[in-house]
This record gives sequence, C-alpha cells and structure tokens, in this order.
Amino acid sequence: MIRHIWMSLVLALMVGVSQAAVDTFEFETEDQRKRFYSLSGELRCPKCQNQNIADSDAPVATDLRRELFRLLDEGESDEEIVEFMVARYGDFVRYKPALTVQTIVLWFGPALFLLIGLVSLAVMLRRRQRAMRDTHAGHLTVDEQHRLRALLEKKNSDD
Amino acid sequence: MRRLYLIIPLVLFLGLVGFFMNALMDKKRENEEAAALGMQPSTSLVLPSALIGKPFPAFSLATVEDQSQMLTNDDLIGRPALVNIWATWCVACRVEHPVLNKLAAQGVVIHGVNYKDENPSAQKWLKEFHDPYQLNISDAEGRLGLDLGVYGAPETFLIDAEGVIRYKFIGVVDERVWERELQPRYQALVDGAQP
Repeated sequence: MIRHIWMSLVLALMVGVSQAAVDTFEFETEDQRKRFYSLSGELRCPKCQNQNIADSDAPVATDLRRELFRLLDEGESDEEIVEFMVARYGDFVRYKPALTVQTIVLWFGPALFLLIGLVSLAVMLRRRQRAMRDTHAGHLTVDEQHRLRALLEKKNSDD
Repeated sequence: MRRLYLIIPLVLFLGLVGFFMNALMDKKRENEEAAALGMQPSTSLVLPSALIGKPFPAFSLATVEDQSQMLTNDDLIGRPALVNIWATWCVACRVEHPVLNKLAAQGVVIHGVNYKDENPSAQKWLKEFHDPYQLNISDAEGRLGLDLGVYGAPETFLIDAEGVIRYKFIGVVDERVWERELQPRYQALVDGAQP
C-alpha cells in the first residue's frame, strides 16, 4: 500500500517536470526533428525575453513552435524559416544576430578592443625596452661623464 | 602631456558605463511611470515592430458577429485607422476598452482584431462593454496575429488610408498614450488623406 503511494507520488512529481513545453509533433524524418530542435533553440521568444521558444511556456512560444513545425513540414530551409520569423517579430527573435551594418559593432567590437589593447601593450613594451637600452648605453654626454668621474674620484679621496 | 594618453581607456570605460546606465535608467523610469498609473511594471523591453512601413498582412477572416461574413485586408483600405488587437482573456484589454469607446465616439476609426478568442464570449463582451470597432475581425487561430508579430494583447496598430502600417503601440492605450503617441500620428494621416 505504502509502496503504491510512493509510486504515485513519484509519478505525480514527474508529471510536473515534463509539463514544460511539451508538444506532440510527428516528424517525418530524423533530420526534420534535429532541425526543429536546433531552430527552436536559436529563436528567441518575443514575450518572455530571456528564453528561446523551445524553453518558453508562453502562448506565443507555443504558436511559434507550431509555426516552425508547419514550415519545416512544408520543406522550407532554415534561412527561410528564420527570415519568416524576423519579418514578423524583427531581428530580436534571433539569438544569433545577423551581420548587418547595425550589428557590425556587436560582432567586431570585442575583437577591435582586444586589438587596441594588444597594440598599446606592444608599443608600451617596446618603449620601455628602448628606455632601458638607452640607460645602459650611457646617454650621458662626454662632459657629464667627465663630471661624474671627477665626482667619484673626489668622493674616493675624501674617504 | 604624454601621460594624457593613459586616461583614454578610463574615458572609454566611463563612456560605456554611461551608455548602459542610461539604458537601465530609461527602463526604470518607464516602470515607475507604469506603476504610477497602476500598471504592472514590465521586466521586458518593448520590441519595435518589424512591420512599420509595410502593408497590412493579407488575411481573409470571418467577422466576430457572423461566421459567414468574410473580411479581407482590402476592407481596411480607404481611411487611416487604428487596428486594435484584443481578447476577452486579456485583462489589460478591459482597462483599455472604455478609452477606445471614448475615441470611437470622437470619430476615430478603430478596427478590432479579436485574437485567439471564442466568438460567443467576444460577442458578449462587445454587447456588455459597447462596441467601438467599425470592423470586427475574428482571428480565432491567431494566424493574423502571428503575421502581425503580435506577442501579447493589447496591441494597437496605426494604418494609413492605403493600408500601410505606420506605427504600433504595445500595451494599454490610455488617454496619455493617445494624446502623446497616437493622436498626433493619426491626425497627420487624416489631414494627409484629405487634400
């Protein structure tokens, strides 16, 4: 009896877990299924904006998943499907932003910053190196060297 | 003097901080305004519509009142109008409804898209709360809503006399939104449509 109660409790818990975003789509091919999961992971839910449409329980995400399935079923390519979504919901729905004039900073900004950093580092290191070399090569003029020697000799004779 | 170069990274960094702070503060101010009006502060940002400047999506749907009477996008052409996406399950739509009634009484052309809803409850709603809509489009499956990029009712589109979408407002249209966001744009279209 107790075992039965435990069993039903465990089952009840499992129902709760599996409730998140379950659709019953019948895919014709394994390839379609894979593309469905990769695309639904890549498309962002317009309502709950930190989730993709695969994770979201929002009604609009359900609609978009259904639409995604329909488009796949009709044989649309991945690019066509993303374009379909962007035409309606804007670039926002892409988790992978397209490379356009507007997003060029987003794509190459970090690399540019890194480059600036590396160049400045290189310049600084080279300058420091040159400064060190200069001191070793003795940047004192002949006059200064004479004075230095004189001072040192004077110090020695004072001792 | 050369030392001044050293503060460039700091200046750049502060610039970035300022940019992000500004964006965050905008959001905060928006939420405070919403709270002052008794609305839920939103955690999400309002998306710009991808359809501005594009013709209203083609559709062929029945009216809310009569399943056998069909409407198409051609029926929207002729006058500038507001197209309001609403549903009986949408709590905020109830808040918005009296404002739409008032605008309709002032002569503003408003069409309704009853989004993912059931006709009987929609009919009951329109009877109970008054019907401000010239055309009542029944989009029970939400297909038109999807083509419009709707992600939560209420949403209100502004279309011109040629049926091109000019503006979209997401959220409750209240008097302030009407005066600030919609009326100037609507009036400009009306004035433009009557040479």
